[in-house]
Amino acid sequence: MGAPLIGARIQRKEDYRFLTGAGQYTDDVTIQRQTHAVFVRSPHAHAKIRSIRKDKALKAPGVIAVFTGEDLAAAKVGGLPCGWLITDVAGQPMKEPPHPCLAQGKARYVGDHVAVVIAETLDEASDAAELVEVDYEVLAAVADASMARAKGAPQLHDVAPDNTCYVWALGDKAATDAAFAKAAHVTKLEFVNNRLIPNAIEPRAAIGLYSRAEDAYTLYVSNQNPHVERLLMAAFVLGLPEHKLRVVAPDVGGGFGSKIYLYAEDVVVTWASKQVNRPVKWTAERSESFVSDAHGRDHHTIAELAMDKDGKFLALRVKTTANMGAYLSTFASAIPTILYATLLAGQYTTPAIHVEVTAVFTNTAPVDAYRGAGRPEATYVVERLVETAAREMKLDPAEIRRRNFIKQFPYQTPVALLYDIGDYEATMAAAIKLADVAGFPQRRKEAEARGKLRGLGYAAYIEACGIAPSAVAGALGARAGLFEAGEIRVHPTGSVTVFTGSHSHGQGHETTFAQVVADRFGLPIESVDIVHGDTSKVLFGMGTYGSRSLAVGGTAIVKAMDKIIAKGKKIAAHLLEAAEGDIEYDRGVFKVAGTDKQKMFGEVAFAAYVPHNYPHDKLEPGLNENAFYDPSNFTFPAGTYVCEVEIDRETGTTKVVNFTAVDDFGKIVNPMIVEGQVHGGITQGIGQALTEGCRYDATGQLTTGSFMDYCIPRADDVPSYKVDTRETACTHNPLGVKGCGEAGAIGAPAALMNAITDALGIKDLPMPATPQTVWKALQSKKAA
Amino acid sequence: MAIRVSMKVNGKAVSVEVEARTLLVTFIRENLRLTGTHVGCDTAQCGACTVHMNGKAVKSCSILAMQAEGAEILTIEGLAKADGTLHAMQAAFKENHGLQCGFCTPGMVMNAVDFAKRHPNASELQVRESLEGNLCRCTGYHNIVKSIVAGSKAMAAGK
Repeated sequence: MGAPLIGARIQRKEDYRFLTGAGQYTDDVTIQRQTHAVFVRSPHAHAKIRSIRKDKALKAPGVIAVFTGEDLAAAKVGGLPCGWLITDVAGQPMKEPPHPCLAQGKARYVGDHVAVVIAETLDEASDAAELVEVDYEVLAAVADASMARAKGAPQLHDVAPDNTCYVWALGDKAATDAAFAKAAHVTKLEFVNNRLIPNAIEPRAAIGLYSRAEDAYTLYVSNQNPHVERLLMAAFVLGLPEHKLRVVAPDVGGGFGSKIYLYAEDVVVTWASKQVNRPVKWTAERSESFVSDAHGRDHHTIAELAMDKDGKFLALRVKTTANMGAYLSTFASAIPTILYATLLAGQYTTPAIHVEVTAVFTNTAPVDAYRGAGRPEATYVVERLVETAAREMKLDPAEIRRRNFIKQFPYQTPVALLYDIGDYEATMAAAIKLADVAGFPQRRKEAEARGKLRGLGYAAYIEACGIAPSAVAGALGARAGLFEAGEIRVHPTGSVTVFTGSHSHGQGHETTFAQVVADRFGLPIESVDIVHGDTSKVLFGMGTYGSRSLAVGGTAIVKAMDKIIAKGKKIAAHLLEAAEGDIEYDRGVFKVAGTDKQKMFGEVAFAAYVPHNYPHDKLEPGLNENAFYDPSNFTFPAGTYVCEVEIDRETGTTKVVNFTAVDDFGKIVNPMIVEGQVHGGITQGIGQALTEGCRYDATGQLTTGSFMDYCIPRADDVPSYKVDTRETACTHNPLGVKGCGEAGAIGAPAALMNAITDALGIKDLPMPATPQTVWKALQSKKAA
Repeated sequence: MAIRVSMKVNGKAVSVEVEARTLLVTFIRENLRLTGTHVGCDTAQCGACTVHMNGKAVKSCSILAMQAEGAEILTIEGLAKADGTLHAMQAAFKENHGLQCGFCTPGMVMNAVDFAKRHPNASELQVRESLEGNLCRCTGYHNIVKSIVAGSKAMAAGK
């Protein structure tokens, strides 16, 4: 038995292959006789397709086939489904317009997939794609969500009048209105939560492969949840039995939500591989990623917070318009509702909350979950309001939070969630100390002497992770279960292969999950390997998103380990000639209680596979177990972030000079990996607040379609971070874990904008706070 | 138009007939099947395609294969020792958790090795500025910067 592995900073098992160029991402996979696909995309935001002429393209060198929406319709290929049904305020189902895999009749956003060209080489396919003649009749477009329901606005879908997908509400309106009526003070803000483009550095890619001999398909795809991809594509789009479709998501170069979804390209290469009877490969160029990956955020919100004279929160009223883009992406409808409105209590005891969300269609790329997914938007609403309220009430921003923190658990919020545990005061106190908030006035003075404006801002976020209890999700409209599956295969000589439905695309599951298993089995970590990302190997899985891997996928593995140990005890009892009830188990040792008689894990495994001396009358040989785990509640990671900025008066440039994060993720398996997740999340949050803003012009053209126009943070845009954790163990999973993948992106934007508005002495500023935006604010302040 | 290009890649002479428009990165990935060099943006912004050409870090997505005629190319696959022992910079990335999804990593490491040769005692700020042409979406750069500072020191110490 080695040293405990839970809580240890173990270096990652997966690193060697990534550091030596041995990773296998989808585009690295080459299949014999593969062809190459290039998609013809709409250059217009909204246009009728009068006709498509393929003949010139078909005659071009190397071209094998050209397919359009008509071909898919004739072959009865279905449209892309939405996985979450929202029921509107009138009790009606949301509007679900058809989402064809190749446009039929109309193109509805710049980048909409209109045709596909398949050729021997990528160059030949690219050249021929330019020869596909699409006769468009350009229509007026609407890109701005706040204009989508205006009178006379261009209409995208016949089935969705006024471009409205749904109007949905949560909370007690009467109680909220009553509380506002007696409030001593109301703080109101109106803002846009800026639209973001995820931009994982690995572009999306897919290879479809059909075998006539087996009448079966294989799809290699850069994806976060291969079983979900298989389920959706087989059952809803291609009408295939699932055992005839294998989905492999090999090494995936970052996801951040954007690779959860079933995309049209994945369907088209799979379907086309049978038509051309050759493998079909497609890899997005970055410019395609910008126009065709699902985008994130894009809320327009009016929010009000009612308080009594002491700054005690009485009620919160929120009205949000959420942009769905041109079609409903896989989980689009759930993001501004289930994952947003339910988080509006934040860390506070606000007794009455009412939120109304209007989801609209526009001539823009589909919008779906992006790191945090609804929860950054909720945190931004709550934490910008709270900080602004503190300023208006002349209260210290930490003090106003302290006065309103939830202190008793479990806590039922007025917006449907039951928080199991937390210690928000202790977490904030730790952040205040680590950030040296006490020294801030001195630092501000010193910055002033250098001609810089220095500001400090807080954000105390909460998120709901560990998604999700399937019954709860189902009642809320989910069209899938949200459990996870795991399998433990103990080999005869005592090493272990673990199969998990969670998928790693940077999170380090191969290490963290191995730590959990090696620790419990008393094995060196080298003796445990983790397999994920292949539906032909892993029994099932719902995949990785919503910071759910360890809390849900890890728990499935723990449950499978429980079964292994239970069987191991029976085997050990037989070998030791003791009663099963007398066998104690601890980290790889089966021991007869109160004696020194014991069997090691490896001995028990060997006995299971070489069962010469074995209780055959009671037990099957072998040591292999699987388990499914459906959580009983969400997990609730929470934390406090403190951000300090310095602003140059002349240029309006904002520099993040200090960023402190104290998070409560429950128990931590590998602190090194957790810190890395927080660093990355914070940086994406800083990106949202400072540098990233997706822009469409009035005609629906994407004007931020490259890394030259859309600025994801570079190394010199961000500081080194101060991060620490506090621990209240999750009460309802055996590991006590909550999830850490999204926290940084959830908490950082509000902390940063609170710091910037503090430095500038203004109420609000739109994100991203680019130098131009900040400079303009400085000028108008000067003029006033 | 097909042309023949010849160069030395990871110490081995190669000579292949390619289309004239073939990029160096395509040559490395598709013709030589060395897929550790990645394409992240096609426009020389992200740096995932960084390799060494005659000892200097270059973005192989922005060079034609024929421009590398006669050159010595080093890719991520050629950096570790023949027995598989990691180069000091690779080891520093592993020790400091300087990578997550691994996609930008080969470019980061190749750029860092070139940088470290020229700046053995670089400050954190210098390292951050040296990453101007390398994008990472996972790590927030915190641990990449730590890795490069540590890796530079290790390289200077001859490790």
